[in-house]
Amino acid sequence: MTGEPDPRPLNSAVPLNTLRAGESGTIAEIYGGHHLRSRMLTLGLTPGAGVTVLQNYGHGPLIVRVRDTRVALGRGEAEKVFVRREA
Amino acid sequence: MSVPATLRENVVLPAVQERPILVALAGQPNVGKSTLFNLLTGLHQHVGNWPGKTVERKEGYFTFNGASYRLVDLPGTYSLTANSPEELIAREFILRERPDVVVAVVDAATLERSLYLVAELLSLPAPVVVALNMMDVARQEGIQVEPEVLQAALGVPVVPMSATRGVGVQELLETVERMARADLPYAPRLPQIRPDHQEVLEVIGEQIAGYVPEPYPRDWVALKLLEGDPEITRMMRGALPPERWEEVHAVLRAHDDAQVAVASGRYEWIGRMVRAAVTRPRIGQIGLTERLDRWATHPFWGLVILAGILGVVFWLTYTMGAPLQGLLETYLVGTLADGVRGLLSGAPTWFSGILADGIIGGAGAVLTFLPILVIFFAAMAFLEDVGYMARAAYVMDGFMHLIGLHGKSFLPLFLGFGCNVPAILGTRVIESRRARLLTILLAPMVPCTARMAVIVFLAPAFFGPAAPLVAWGLVLLSLGTLALAGMALNRTLFQGRRSAFIMELPLYHLPNGRTIGLSVWQRSWAFVRKAGTVILIVSIVIWALSYLPGGDTESSYLAQLGKLLEPVGRLMGLDWRLTVALLSSFIAKENSIATLGVLFHASEEGLANLLAATYPLATALAFLVVQVLFIPCVATVAAIRQETGSWRWTVFSIGLSLLISLLAGMVTFQIAARV
Repeated sequence: MTGEPDPRPLNSAVPLNTLRAGESGTIAEIYGGHHLRSRMLTLGLTPGAGVTVLQNYGHGPLIVRVRDTRVALGRGEAEKVFVRREA
Repeated sequence: MSVPATLRENVVLPAVQERPILVALAGQPNVGKSTLFNLLTGLHQHVGNWPGKTVERKEGYFTFNGASYRLVDLPGTYSLTANSPEELIAREFILRERPDVVVAVVDAATLERSLYLVAELLSLPAPVVVALNMMDVARQEGIQVEPEVLQAALGVPVVPMSATRGVGVQELLETVERMARADLPYAPRLPQIRPDHQEVLEVIGEQIAGYVPEPYPRDWVALKLLEGDPEITRMMRGALPPERWEEVHAVLRAHDDAQVAVASGRYEWIGRMVRAAVTRPRIGQIGLTERLDRWATHPFWGLVILAGILGVVFWLTYTMGAPLQGLLETYLVGTLADGVRGLLSGAPTWFSGILADGIIGGAGAVLTFLPILVIFFAAMAFLEDVGYMARAAYVMDGFMHLIGLHGKSFLPLFLGFGCNVPAILGTRVIESRRARLLTILLAPMVPCTARMAVIVFLAPAFFGPAAPLVAWGLVLLSLGTLALAGMALNRTLFQGRRSAFIMELPLYHLPNGRTIGLSVWQRSWAFVRKAGTVILIVSIVIWALSYLPGGDTESSYLAQLGKLLEPVGRLMGLDWRLTVALLSSFIAKENSIATLGVLFHASEEGLANLLAATYPLATALAFLVVQVLFIPCVATVAAIRQETGSWRWTVFSIGLSLLISLLAGMVTFQIAARV
């Protein structure tokens, strides 16, 4: 991906907050500032990692499972994580 | 290392024998690091601050097989990239102090995530022993970890254990001992950056060669530059000649996705380790945590559960604490004061007065708050230890958004119910400065135990059976004020972007009595120390002011000051004595009662009834309202100054409370007096 322009919008990648509870996906890309990205990467939200949405009521924060860890994620933060939905 | 090891040891041989073995305890949050620390050091620990930082530093000593060890508890961090002061402290300690062994505590139940810190630790120049903790929790969640396989894959010793059950501690200490003697094979497999960035890493390594300041390893600095670590970037910009920095900077700019490549490289490395050593749970198996969280994090039931838990905490605090407090007052403080008066019947009045009323009455009254504090601290430590606190933050996120904050601010604010000082120190968990400052300004509006104790003391005498209702109303009033102030500040001074809300929801686990006990002991002891010094001095000063110049309270300096301010007090229905009581609460909230005791020459038991006979209900209500909203105590003010680093915000906070409390007091009195 080096040298390529901003890949947004990726064809099949959607923001994490559009996944319903119980749905899973693979992280395609993480947007946001350096600091926010660093914190997400540290908690295991890296491109290629599988995530499962455990709770998403359509408003308020989400709970996702990534790498055996349950992570609470504000809605705004979840919008910055693009995932490819799994069947 | 520039000096050969043998030579170095010869030079400092006597010291080597004396010096305890230095062990650093590293680990992510929620991996049971504190439990292990407490288990090893017990009461032989010292809690302070890291120099120049507002981060708690815990250090302790223990002996094992005749050797003495110094154990330093590094702050719990997810990584070692300088995103927070904690992360900076942890890595600087390892780089500068070079501990003999670093014990990296990892959680067997969330192995992938918790090995991330290990991936970072291995590239620092200190031998690492992995303490594979929470083996019991992992089993309960259906995860099987094979320690020997993990050890073979990592190339460093791995010791399975369960700190809460005390299992595996002996083995861990044996491993640490052998590691300190360099008596164990140590060949860590280091994580590699994703292959597409390997070359860039080497280029940067060559560019900075010869310019890296001590004690930083070159390869580590190159990696941190690629990661965009703000501290290391700043350091190298200063260390490199400008032309060279331009070259490095150009390479870094061309690879600004390297941050992802470095983190991904670490997780790929972890993936290899974990694939070998971990058996996944069967699909469809639902762990205990998941089942509990269906309720605890539900948008409706989660709030109901939180409200219920808070209710139980308060109920316990006041039903168990208040009678204990009464007993202490009657038997300890009362008996002591009477005894002193009896013994000193021949001594000058001022002498027995200063002892019985000033010292014993003042400081003793404060000590009687201890039962309430202990119960509250225990409840908080319990909720923290079982893993519930993160759920509270999660369900409160929506509400906190209304006042421009997010869930993480809930924890420090809730701590404020115990004492505002830990609440303000607790805001360190909030990353963004804006959110942190706003939380600090709002924290003093949470009614602390000391303020509640004044209410619990006065309300029954004035309001009889309606006292609990009045107390509850005052809590609601404070919280309502907090919400309104938050909304107002958020729309005026604090406009701007909200900080990110990302936090781990740890697995629930059984509480550890030792961890809870030590936490309660440390917090209570800090309170007693405060009571023993500041409050004691103030009790004496207030007593002296109420005695001088003529030995008569009515004409004392204190009365003169109170009478000077009485016109303001009158607006709220307060006479000079209540005004003085309010003023003395600036030193410590619980002082208002001690002061009234001095002014009315009454024992604690008699005081409440005496006050009820003296003042009308409207005055009592207005006094309670002002006192619950009044300016924070001096310890809280000191904490605000320390944490904001600004006198302007400190003064702003005091002014805000003063304004709100006086207005609320006036409104309350004017309405109540007419009903």
